[in-house]
Amino acid sequence: MRLKLHVWRQASPSDRGGFATYEAEASEHMSFLEMLDVVNEELESKGQEPIAFDSDCREGICGTCGMVINGRPHGPWKRTTVCQLHMREYSDGDEIWIEPWRADGFPIQKDLIVDRSAFDRIVAAGGYISVRTGSAPEANAIPVAREKAEKAMDAAACIGCGACVAACPNASAMLFTSAKAAHLNLLPQGQPERHGRVLNMILTMEAEQFGTCTNHGACENACPKEIKIEVIAMLNRDYLRALLKAG
Amino acid sequence: MSRVYSLYSTSVGKKFTMAVSGAIFVLFVIVHMFGNLKVYLGPEAFNHYAEGLRGFGEPFLGHEWFLWAFRAGLIAALLIHVLAAWQTSRQSWAARGHKYRKRDNLVFHYASRTMRWGGVALFLFIVYHILHLTTGTLHPDFVPGDAYHNFVTGFRSVPVVVIYSVAMIALGLHLYHGTWSAFQTMGVDGPRINRWREPIALGVALIVVLVNLSFPVAVYTGIIH
Repeated sequence: MRLKLHVWRQASPSDRGGFATYEAEASEHMSFLEMLDVVNEELESKGQEPIAFDSDCREGICGTCGMVINGRPHGPWKRTTVCQLHMREYSDGDEIWIEPWRADGFPIQKDLIVDRSAFDRIVAAGGYISVRTGSAPEANAIPVAREKAEKAMDAAACIGCGACVAACPNASAMLFTSAKAAHLNLLPQGQPERHGRVLNMILTMEAEQFGTCTNHGACENACPKEIKIEVIAMLNRDYLRALLKAG
Repeated sequence: MSRVYSLYSTSVGKKFTMAVSGAIFVLFVIVHMFGNLKVYLGPEAFNHYAEGLRGFGEPFLGHEWFLWAFRAGLIAALLIHVLAAWQTSRQSWAARGHKYRKRDNLVFHYASRTMRWGGVALFLFIVYHILHLTTGTLHPDFVPGDAYHNFVTGFRSVPVVVIYSVAMIALGLHLYHGTWSAFQTMGVDGPRINRWREPIALGVALIVVLVNLSFPVAVYTGIIH
C-alpha cells in the first residue's frame, strides 16, 4: 500500500519544527515502526536525516515508543503501544499525521522523541519503598489480600510511556503519578512511607509543568495498559489523608 | 491554616475545594428546584413560600438574616469555585504550549469539555437571573413581593424562555460532569459506590434540568397563569 505521511520534524529542542510530508510504501504485515524504518532507510540512502523516534523492545512492554497518530497516542488500537500497531489497520492511499507527545513537561528533543525524565523525577520523589537489601525475603511472610494484590498489579502495569499525558486535554500527569503511587500504597510494604510518598510525588508532579486533572478520562482510554482512573481517586483520597496526618 | 494553605498549594487540593464548593451548588440547585415546584400549587402557596425564605429563622433571627447569611455562603462558595477553576485552567493551558495538529478526543463524555465555557455561561446567567427575578431590574412588569406574578409574567416572553432554556442545557452538562467529578476528586470511590456515581450524576442533572424547564413550558402552555 502507498501512504502519505505528515511527520513532525524538529532538529533540536530549540528548533521551531514543522511537518514534512513523505510517501511511504508498506506491506500490511509490517508494524507501524517497521514502516517508519523503511522510510528512514530510504531517507538515509538519499543522504537525508532519518526521522528520529524512540523504540526499544518492540513487543509492547517497555514503554519506550510513543507517538501521536492522527490525534491518538499510540494510534487507533486499544491496549496497544505503537510498536504493536500493525499496518493492516491502514489501506492504500491513507494519509497519516504523526506527532510527538505534546506537553511542556515533555520537551521535544528531536522529531518524535521527547524527554520524559520528568516521570523519573516523580518516581524518585516517592515511587519506591525503603528496605534492607540482602537475600530475597520469604515470599509468603507478609500476607496480601488477593483483591489488593490484583489492584496493585493492575496499577503496576504502567510502563511509563506517557500516553496519558499526551492524551489529556490538560497535559496532566495524574494517571501516571497515581498509578506509581497506587501500586505501592495498596501493599503492606508501601504503608510506612505512604503519606510522604503521596505528598512528595504530587509536589514533584506539580513542579514539572504538567496540567491539572479535570476527570476527562482521556488518559484511561489512551493507556496501552488500561490503567483505570480509579487510581486517581485513590491518590486524591490519599493526599487529603496525608495532609491531615502531616499537620 | 498551614494545612489549608498546603491543601490549596497543589492542583489536587484546588480541585478538592472546587469539588466541595461545587457540591454546595449541587445541593442548592436541588433545593431551589424543589422550592419552585410550589408554583404549581398556585399564587398563594408560592408567595407564602417566597416570603417564608425571607422570614426563615424568625423570631430567633431577624427578618432576612438567614437569607443574607445563606447568600453570603453561596457567594463565598462561588468565589472559591471560580478562583480554583481559573487557576487550574491557567496551569493546564500553560502545560501544552504547542497544540496538536490533529486531535482525536478520547474523553469519556462530551460534558467534561463544556465545563469552562459552560461555567462562564452559567455565571452570566446567574447575574441575569438575579436581575430578572430577584431585583426585577431586567423584568418589564416586576411587582415587589408578588413572586408568583413575576414568575409567570417573566416567562411570557420568548427571548427570556430561550435564555433560560439555553442556560438549563449548560447547567445540565455542568451538573452531570461536576457531580461525577466531585466523587472522583474527593476520592469517593470503590467497587460498590462506582456503580452509582454515573447514575447519580445523570439523575441529578436530568431531574434539575427537566423540572426547571417545565416552568417556562407550563407558563407558555397556560398550565400556570
